[in-house]
Amino acid sequence: MTGREFDTFSGDHGLDHEEALSFETGAPDRCGVDLPRPEGLPARLGGLERTAPIGLAGLSEPQTVRHFTRLSRQNYAIDLGLYPLGSCTMKHNPRLNEKVAALEGFADLHPLQPASTVQGALALIDSLAHWLKVLTGMPAVAMAPKAGAHGELCGMMAIRAAHEAAGDARQRVLVPESAHGTNPATAALCGYGVEAVPAGARGRVDLAAFGDKLGPDVAAVMVTNPNTCGLFEPDVAELARLAHDAGAYFYCDGANFNAIVGRVRPGDLGIDAMHINLHKTFSTPHGGGGPGAGPVVLSQALADFAPPPFIVHDQAGLRLDESARGGFGRMAAFHGQMGMFVRALAYMMSHGADGLRQAAEDAVLAANYVLAELKDDMTASFPGPCMHEALFDDRFLKDSGVSTLDFAKAMIDEGYHPMTIYFPLVVHGAMLIEPTESESKAELDAFIAALRSLARAAKAGARARFTEAPQYAPRRRLDETVAARRPVLRWEKER
Amino acid sequence: MSNLRFSKDHEWIRLDGATGTVGITDYAQNALGDVVFVEPPEAGRELNRGDEAGVIESVKAASEVYAPVGGTVIAGNEALAENPALVNADPLGEGWIFTITLSDPGELDGLMDEAAYQSYVEGLA
Amino acid sequence: MRYLPLDAQDRRAMLEAIGVASVDELFCDVPREAILDGPVDLPGHQGEQEVLRHLRDLAGRNLPTSAAPSFLGAGAYRHFIPASVEYLLSRGEFLTAYTPYQPEISQGTLQALFEFQTQTAMLTGMEVANASLYDGSTAAAEAVLMARRITRRKKIVLSGRLHPHYAQTIATMTRYTGENILAAPASIEGAEDLAGMIDDETACVVVQNPDFFGAVGDLSALAAAAHDQGALLIVVVTEALSLGAIRPPGDMGADIVAGEGQSFGNPLSYGGPYLGLFATRQRYVRQMPGRLVGQTVDADGRRGYVLTLSTREQHIRREKATSNICTNSGLCALAFCIHLTLLGEAGLRRLATLNHEAAITLAAAIDRLAGAEVVTKAFFNEFAVRLSRPAGAVVEALAARGVLAGVPAARLLPGAGQMETILLVAANETQTSEDRAALLAGLEEVLS
Repeated sequence: MTGREFDTFSGDHGLDHEEALSFETGAPDRCGVDLPRPEGLPARLGGLERTAPIGLAGLSEPQTVRHFTRLSRQNYAIDLGLYPLGSCTMKHNPRLNEKVAALEGFADLHPLQPASTVQGALALIDSLAHWLKVLTGMPAVAMAPKAGAHGELCGMMAIRAAHEAAGDARQRVLVPESAHGTNPATAALCGYGVEAVPAGARGRVDLAAFGDKLGPDVAAVMVTNPNTCGLFEPDVAELARLAHDAGAYFYCDGANFNAIVGRVRPGDLGIDAMHINLHKTFSTPHGGGGPGAGPVVLSQALADFAPPPFIVHDQAGLRLDESARGGFGRMAAFHGQMGMFVRALAYMMSHGADGLRQAAEDAVLAANYVLAELKDDMTASFPGPCMHEALFDDRFLKDSGVSTLDFAKAMIDEGYHPMTIYFPLVVHGAMLIEPTESESKAELDAFIAALRSLARAAKAGARARFTEAPQYAPRRRLDETVAARRPVLRWEKER
Repeated sequence: MSNLRFSKDHEWIRLDGATGTVGITDYAQNALGDVVFVEPPEAGRELNRGDEAGVIESVKAASEVYAPVGGTVIAGNEALAENPALVNADPLGEGWIFTITLSDPGELDGLMDEAAYQSYVEGLA
Repeated sequence: MRYLPLDAQDRRAMLEAIGVASVDELFCDVPREAILDGPVDLPGHQGEQEVLRHLRDLAGRNLPTSAAPSFLGAGAYRHFIPASVEYLLSRGEFLTAYTPYQPEISQGTLQALFEFQTQTAMLTGMEVANASLYDGSTAAAEAVLMARRITRRKKIVLSGRLHPHYAQTIATMTRYTGENILAAPASIEGAEDLAGMIDDETACVVVQNPDFFGAVGDLSALAAAAHDQGALLIVVVTEALSLGAIRPPGDMGADIVAGEGQSFGNPLSYGGPYLGLFATRQRYVRQMPGRLVGQTVDADGRRGYVLTLSTREQHIRREKATSNICTNSGLCALAFCIHLTLLGEAGLRRLATLNHEAAITLAAAIDRLAGAEVVTKAFFNEFAVRLSRPAGAVVEALAARGVLAGVPAARLLPGAGQMETILLVAANETQTSEDRAALLAGLEEVLS
């Protein structure tokens, strides 16, 4: 192949550097910050001084920069390539957003400053809230939740509070089989029992089964739309009507809002509450797993039960009302993920109403293009068209000895992060691809070509390429069994 | 092994008088994959048939262990704390999960014998 | 549009490959009446300059803590963030990476989080920590739910000196899961008798150290009292830097520590995003919420890191999950990790000492003012002051003079007796003698 038969002396390879733990290369007394010498005043700590060694390791500034720079180079990222994770909406994270979030007039604001000193911040939150309400066609929005799942909890708690205020406490929540596991977990946290509604042949909620399961003790239905198979629920308005007729609320999981933003308003479909993932639809960066932000748009009925704080306009300007106001209570300290609000608003203003609509169209176009180009070599779970993501399953790998997992790992060698795998559970060996609107046609074509080649290779019997993958990543496959059987969750000094 | 019975949830129970030893079957351990953790029920706990007795975790899944019959738990298998892989290696032997004193031996009639369980498993494929 | 790479030609070619005439056909499952004919009633797209101008204008209508003498604490603390922290966070491989579900190409994130978990466990004096939660308040609520799972009991005892937002968050998260909360009333003076509130139905007692009023105390006796009854001690820490100066909760018998990590690496940002610190004893590790990074080896025997024990989480256990959390506060945890790596242990101790000394100096000066009395005896970098006038009005008056004087306790404890005149004042290493002089002059004028 390449003739590279030797191993290097250093263990590093060109631009690929191994990097030990800071605890192994650093020391407690090494420091990368210059601090003035303390005066040596007698302490007023009530005799509770911390004297025993803590064990923390320090590095100088150059070593710290090198340490984390080397670590960063062991990560895949949107900035490096197409990131086809279904339902995650891995679109480009604009750098303008980072610039504005770092402005001192936002970054250095303390949450408990007097309102007169933060009029700009309050105006920004109010403005973002306005954009969210107009885009969704809903009259109210709770800005406090810290992430999508937190927003879901907020919406469901508002629903429970609304039922209790009406003297009509109910016990059950209906959740489609295809739903993300967060949905039933959230319902359980609200004290509800969860009942699954089956999906029909086309991956959508079975309307008849849905109607059968409704009853006077169903508090809410939680529906993802577009759903986790990447399909719009054409009966969504009917689902909402049936739910309302039975006295239940309609919660919409807004994870897939990117497919319809600017084209369809969930409020027009009859929803009562929907969380929005600012880190999905509105481009705030994923940061290796967070932070997110999950504001929840609410119907007028549920708005009365929203958590504090509330932005109030009066003669003096804007202020925060931090009282509970008859809602179910506070969701977290302070006022929400301001840093993400700034970024999301910059994104929205940059795109504008026309750009947001175009983004949704391009996202749907890209997913359908991938679906059309790959459905002959891979198995599309449902005949098209899809929304912003395309679902495949492992039928095309039958008898090849290659699993969905193996296929995904082989994508790593091709230079791509794998798509979402084994979700949704309604098909076997699911592969959910969401390219987003940020990809050029050339990049889409390259991605399609790579997957097509892999699919053909698997069917032609090239097993090792898949079962031994990845070969070109910083690490080969890692032993997750050992990690779970004997968890080592921190560095310990060797004795 | 006429003292071995099976439930539809893939538990087995081996009887010795009024005492039963309970575990999961080979079919179940295979479906779970590498077992990483087992939480058996505590000694003295009262269980009804069908109650959640404990939990088995593998890397990608977690599964409840149900009580195939009702009774009082005698003990959990402490060897599993150090070596959960026993459930994979020897599910009907060293990988047993808990022992129980049966409250109603009549409940055994509701369980399958080995032949019936084998046909049941074949039907699932 | 600069973020949308497809042009008209691309779109035409893609539509042709799909076999439809227009993108509208791809929305065929959407009820016709629900599709909007045109863009919604919001402004059209704008270039960077216009967006920046608008947002700079909004930023300019605020008085940030970097532009005024500021003494605010109460759960969020201004500290200096070294330049390399911001720079390293901006690397695209960190900023634009997702959750490390494919560990082979996420070792950067995973190793940094492993270091973060180690730092958190060390700081709190506990055995194991997770990869962060949303913030301190939700971490405290998760700690209570965890104590509930472990003890199978329903009574929760809350100190009256817990940050009110944290107490409210705990109340919300347990509102529908059947817990019974006993909250001691908010009070500044005297000892709280929390031990007397614990019985054999108590799942946990939740206390904050330093508390909401800045007071530092020894929790060992309370830990013993809780353990005697089979209850767990949960300790909340809102100022993570305090762990560089005072004995950690782990040393005092805490079973779970729930804290706020904002003080390291993360700007105040008007309240978010922050990060929750969560640490506990090894024996409770499977009951921990949130993500956990574990060490392992790859197929070539090289050390590597993976997310582990994930069967507790919502995407697998669904309604039986330990919580419904999906995200950790990844980038904020990375910022914390980088900042602490730059400080090291010696730097951390020195920074903590500088904060404590700044507080001692400030408290002494405030105490000398007529109409102001420092109430907190032992503190780290924050203390409560009783004023001769309502603290809210004093703060407003000082704000008008361009000084951010502190947090009136009554803002978070409205209606709690005697809180009207209490001002919470925080010191930190960014304050200069001019800042202190401005505060003292302002207070002197307003209190006379």
